[in-house]
Amino acid sequence: MSSLAVRKAAPAAGTTPGTAQGPPLRRRIALVPTITLLLGALYCLLPVAWVVIASTKSGSELFSTFTFLPGTGFAENLSDLSAYRDGVYWQWMGNSALYAVLGALLSTVVSSFSGYALATYRFRGREAIFNVLLAGVLMPPVILAIPQYLLLAKVDLTDSYLSVLLPQILSPYGVYLARIYAAAAVPSDVVEAGRMDGASEWRIFTRIALPMMIPGLVTVFLFQFVAIWNNFLLPYIMLSDDEKFPITLGLHTLLEQGANTPALYTLVITGAFLAVFPLVALFLVVQRFWSLDLLSGAVKS
Amino acid sequence: MTSTARRKSYGVKGAPYGFLIPASILFVLFFALPIGYAIWLSFRKVQVSGLGLGAGARKEVWAGLENYTDAFTDSELLDGALRVLGYGCIVVPVMLGLALLFALMLDSEKVRLAPFSRLAIFLPYAIPGVVAALLWGFLYLPDVSPFYFVLDKLGLPQPDLLDGGPLFLALSNIAVWGGTGFNMIVIYTSLQSIPAEVYEAAKLDGATPLQIALKIKIPMVAPSLVLTFFFSIIATLQVFSEPTTLKPLTNSVSTTWSPLMKVYQDAFGKGDIHAAAAQATIIALATLLLSFGFLRAANRRNKRDVSQGVAR
Repeated sequence: MSSLAVRKAAPAAGTTPGTAQGPPLRRRIALVPTITLLLGALYCLLPVAWVVIASTKSGSELFSTFTFLPGTGFAENLSDLSAYRDGVYWQWMGNSALYAVLGALLSTVVSSFSGYALATYRFRGREAIFNVLLAGVLMPPVILAIPQYLLLAKVDLTDSYLSVLLPQILSPYGVYLARIYAAAAVPSDVVEAGRMDGASEWRIFTRIALPMMIPGLVTVFLFQFVAIWNNFLLPYIMLSDDEKFPITLGLHTLLEQGANTPALYTLVITGAFLAVFPLVALFLVVQRFWSLDLLSGAVKS
Repeated sequence: MTSTARRKSYGVKGAPYGFLIPASILFVLFFALPIGYAIWLSFRKVQVSGLGLGAGARKEVWAGLENYTDAFTDSELLDGALRVLGYGCIVVPVMLGLALLFALMLDSEKVRLAPFSRLAIFLPYAIPGVVAALLWGFLYLPDVSPFYFVLDKLGLPQPDLLDGGPLFLALSNIAVWGGTGFNMIVIYTSLQSIPAEVYEAAKLDGATPLQIALKIKIPMVAPSLVLTFFFSIIATLQVFSEPTTLKPLTNSVSTTWSPLMKVYQDAFGKGDIHAAAAQATIIALATLLLSFGFLRAANRRNKRDVSQGVAR
């Protein structure tokens, strides 16, 4: 669904639920499902609406005015946040973008190679390799991250950009999705025809298979992007220099310092609002051409 | 076979392994090696001789199963496991129940504003767990929360949401809020793939939408319910960032609230990586056992249902 559809549906809001127009309307609109869903939507939007409004309040308004009454301090909050420790907040945002974009990109490339190989070739050890990769999904991240930290410490790589980036490139779930999409989107006779024409395996992959896999790979990219952007544990374990923190870890430390000083609350709240913003915007834009059905394609198989 | 043909067929044979090289290298470096290292560490311990001062006073020795027996008798770890069990017993049924309910409602006829509701309910998926915990954390704080404002105006008692029993509900709520939308989409898309003819006969027989939902739709999406259950169990056992984020706001979340927090605390707080490695190994094994046990039980049930269906 595009956001366009949402906008089109919105004007109907006044007429849909609750307005008592008797049986004919009830027959046209299923009231119970409509209202249940709207309550669900309200529940999900409530904290987001709260943070949007709370970020406009100045420090004193936050504790004195009614919660859902907009305040007057957004510009001030923004400049306070930007001034906090010489703009370290924007550094965190930049770091998150770097980790998520680069990590998701590399992850998509690796997933496309592996998924294509597992889907289109018959070879010894294929299922064994696939199953071993999948078992990786079940590994609790802490259990991987602690020995990863200890091993990276041996080669002096902890507390670096690479220590957060490298462990997140191989995504078992990404490989799994890429395999499903490659199997569904790349017909074996097309690959065979390429071979007949004398194209190398690499050329068949880059020129024929890869373009066919693009919609699926967009999904892999987005999943990985969200996973890395939202990741807290790995940077929490790997990093100590706050110049390299992603936004999740940055906000956590800001809250830790701010919990005892209510003066910092407004900074935390404004920071949280701005951290929510990019991903929500990304989703609204992307869902125009990214179908969530691709997810079910993976689920059904 | 000519020599060029043979060369080519070798090229084809080698190709899949070539494509798998990057994934294999990464797997060995960041999955196999760390797991192996953790298991190795779990059988070792640091022996301190004398006062533990000077070179050679602390050395690593073989510990056998000592770290494991310690872990099983560690009350902090057991308490954490029980807490997460209680937390999971709230989160998984409520989250999946809501996800199924919303998916069925989205799939029902004549529902209005469905695209808006679907998008709004899915929205929390895009919000990092830390930020979700932070948002709800503020909504739980009496000074700034609208709930307390309303309770205050109504003259009702104001419970402390960040302590004791309510803390479980408060933490569960964050997980339910964050996870319902994603699971709803998974179930909804599988509902959409049911062909319309399946319902036609039931509708002609005068079945109500509720009967259709219970007798036809839910059994048909059982596989995706199993899948969402499976991933929810894994995610629940691994809860870490939400309680860690709420910690600064309340004294009731200890540093060892969940088993994974306990592992982190032992590894980096106490610096006992050997105990942490043993606990981590136990948690990994428990996760594997629970999730595969569940999958097997679900499979057996599915098969039985199918055979019963045939018998009928």
